[in-house]
Amino acid sequence: MHPVSLRQVGKTYRLGSVDVPALSDITLDIHQGAFTVLAGPSGSGKTTLLNLIGCIDTPDRGEITVAGQQVQSMPDDALSDFRARHIGFIFQNFNLIPVLSARENVEYPLVLAGVAAAERRRRVDALMDAVGLSDRQHNLPAQLSGGQRQRVAIARALATAPRLVLADEPTANLDSHTGAAIIALMRRLQREEDVSFVLSSHDPQVHAEADDIIFIRDGRITGIEAGRDTAGGRI
Amino acid sequence: MNTVSLALRNLLRNRRRSLTTLLAMVVGLVAILLFGGYRSNIIYGTQTGFVQQTGHLQIQRRGYFLDGGDNPTAYGIADYPRMLARIRQDPALAPMLVIATPTLQLGGIAGNFAAGVSRSVMATGLIPEDRNRMMQWNDLGVVSYARPLPLAGAAEDTVVVGTGVARKLQLCALLDAADCPPVAARSTPDGAALPDDIAALSSLEKAGPAPAAGHPIEMLAATARGAPNVASLNVIQASNMGIKALDDVYMAMHLAQAQRLIFGAGTPQVTAILVQLKHTAQIPAAREELGRLLAGHFPDADLEILDFDTLNPIYRQTNEFMDSMFGFIALLIGVIVLFTIGNTMSTAVVERTTEIGTLRAMGLRRAGIRRLFVCEALLLGLAGSALGVLGALLIAYAINHSGWSWTPPGYAYAYLILVRVGEDLPLLVGSVAGMLAVTLLSAWWPARRAARLVIVDALRHA
Repeated sequence: MHPVSLRQVGKTYRLGSVDVPALSDITLDIHQGAFTVLAGPSGSGKTTLLNLIGCIDTPDRGEITVAGQQVQSMPDDALSDFRARHIGFIFQNFNLIPVLSARENVEYPLVLAGVAAAERRRRVDALMDAVGLSDRQHNLPAQLSGGQRQRVAIARALATAPRLVLADEPTANLDSHTGAAIIALMRRLQREEDVSFVLSSHDPQVHAEADDIIFIRDGRITGIEAGRDTAGGRI
Repeated sequence: MNTVSLALRNLLRNRRRSLTTLLAMVVGLVAILLFGGYRSNIIYGTQTGFVQQTGHLQIQRRGYFLDGGDNPTAYGIADYPRMLARIRQDPALAPMLVIATPTLQLGGIAGNFAAGVSRSVMATGLIPEDRNRMMQWNDLGVVSYARPLPLAGAAEDTVVVGTGVARKLQLCALLDAADCPPVAARSTPDGAALPDDIAALSSLEKAGPAPAAGHPIEMLAATARGAPNVASLNVIQASNMGIKALDDVYMAMHLAQAQRLIFGAGTPQVTAILVQLKHTAQIPAAREELGRLLAGHFPDADLEILDFDTLNPIYRQTNEFMDSMFGFIALLIGVIVLFTIGNTMSTAVVERTTEIGTLRAMGLRRAGIRRLFVCEALLLGLAGSALGVLGALLIAYAINHSGWSWTPPGYAYAYLILVRVGEDLPLLVGSVAGMLAVTLLSAWWPARRAARLVIVDALRHA
C-alpha cells in the first residue's frame, strides 16, 4: 500500500479577483519507505503539494489518501489527530518552539499523541542520541546552531514514529556542509525507521540522495524518476 | 510539559510586556478593592448606626410611619406589655432576638425659661437600659460612634438633648465654649413670646418638688386629649448626634416620663416596639414569625412590621448612591483592563503566528490553541489578582492606621476614613472573580482568532 496517493488533485488560490491555479490534475503515488523529492523551480507548486499531502491544506478537487485514509473531507479535529499520529514535519526555518528545550521540542508531539511519560522518555532519549544532541538536549533553540536546530526538528518529526515525514526545503537555510550532514542524517533515519520521506527541494545534494524525484512545473507533474539507484539503495 | 507550563513560559518570554499588563491589572484591582472597602465601611457603618438606633424591625400601628409622626396619640399601642412578653417568649424568635423594647415618639417645645429661650424638639421616650444594650450591637464589626445614654439608673426626669438643642436653650455648661456663643450676640429671647397659659403652667411645675441636680428645662407637649402639659426635666448631657438636623431637635427621656407627659394618668401607650436581631440576615425570618405571632394573638390591633431599610430611607439612598459609584468605577477599570489584556494577547498572537501554525501542523487541535492563550491570560489574571489583593490589603492597613478623617455632608463631626478590604469577603471574592472574568473575556477573542488561523497561512507568516 502506498503511504500517499493523490488522484486528480487540483488546488486554485484566489488573489483578489484573479484565480491562480497552484496544482492541476495531480495523480501520484508515494512509495513506502522511499526518500522522495519534489523538484521544481520556485512557484511551481512544490510546497502546495507538500501541504496537501501533509493534511494542512485541502484540495479543491480530487482525492488524497494518506496512510490508507481519505483525508480531503475529514473534519478539522480529526485531521489534527491524524497528523499527530501519522505525519511528521520538518520546516525550512526549523520552527522549533522557542520556550521549550531541545528535548521538550522532541517530546511535544508525543504529548499531543497522548504517549505515557515513561515511553516518551525512552523515545526522546533514543532520538536525541540518534541525532547526536544528547549533550545539548536541555538547551533552548536560541542556544543551538542552525544545523543543531534542524537536527532537533528531524528528531521531533520522527518522535511519534509516523508513516510519513514531510520536509519543506530542509537545507535552504543551512550552509552546504551542514546541509549535507542534515541530508545524510535524514537519509539514515529514514532507513532506520523505515519511514517515507517527502521533501521539496531544489538542492542538488538532496536530489542526489533521492529514491524518487517528482518534477513539477506550473502546478503539473512534468516527470518522475522512480527507483533511482542511490548509494544506500531502496529497501 | 502541559498547557499551563507552556503558557507560563510564553508569559515569561516577553517579561516586560507581561509585567506591564500585570501592573495594569494590579492597579485596577487595588483601586476597585480600596473604593469597595471604603463603600463597605460607609454602608456597614450606616447600617450599624441605624440598627443601634431603630432596631432591625419595628412594630407600629398601621399608617403611623407615613402619617402619624406628629400625632403619637392617634397611633399608640396600648397592649404593648403583653406584646413584648409574647415576642420574648416566642420559641422561634428567641434565638434570633437581641432585644425587644418599647418606644414613644413625641414632639413638643423645650424651654429654658430662666434664660428666656425655647425650641421645638422631637423627643424619644425609651428604656435607657434597653437602648444602651441596643447601642452595643456591632455584628458587622465597624468602628461604632454610639455612646451609652447616661439615663440608665438616673432619675425619671433626666433627659439627654442634642448639642443643637442645648445651644439653643443656652445650656452652655454642657457644651464647649465654642459651641455656645454669648447671649448678647444672639437674637431677642424667645421667652418673651411665650403664651401666658404656658408660663402659668411652668410656674406651677416650678412650685412642685425640687428637681434633681442638672440643668432644668421645661417640656411642653399636647396630651392625648389635646390639652397642653408641661414637665420639668433635667438635662444631664448634651450629645452630638452626628447629623445636624437631628442634633438640633433631639431629646431622649425615660419612657415613663414621656408617657406621663402624653397620656397623663390614662393607659400608657407606645408608638413602636423595636426589635433588634443578632444578624441583619435574619430579618425575613423574624418578620415572618412576628407577623404570624401578631396575627395569632393580636388580630384586631391593626399593626404593621417595618424593617430598618424602610424606616430609614437614607440608608437605602446611601446604598444606591455608593453602589452606582462603585459600579461606575469598576466598569471603567474593567474596560481599561479588558483592552490592556486584549492588546497584550492580540500582540502575542501576531508575534507567534508561525508558532501557532507549527503547533497546528503537529496535531494540536484548535481548542488546544484556544486553551493555550486563555491559559496565558488566566495565569496573568491569577497573578494580577493575588498581587492586587495583597496590595489592597497593605494600603488598606496603612489607611486604617493613618487617622485620616472627614466630615460627611450634613454631619456634625468628622468620621475616620476606613476601608474594609480584608473584612469584606464578598467584596474580595467578587472583585477577584470579576477581574478573572474580564481577563478571560479579553483573551477569548485573540485566542479564538489564533485558533482559527489557516495553518498554511500561519506557517508562511514572516
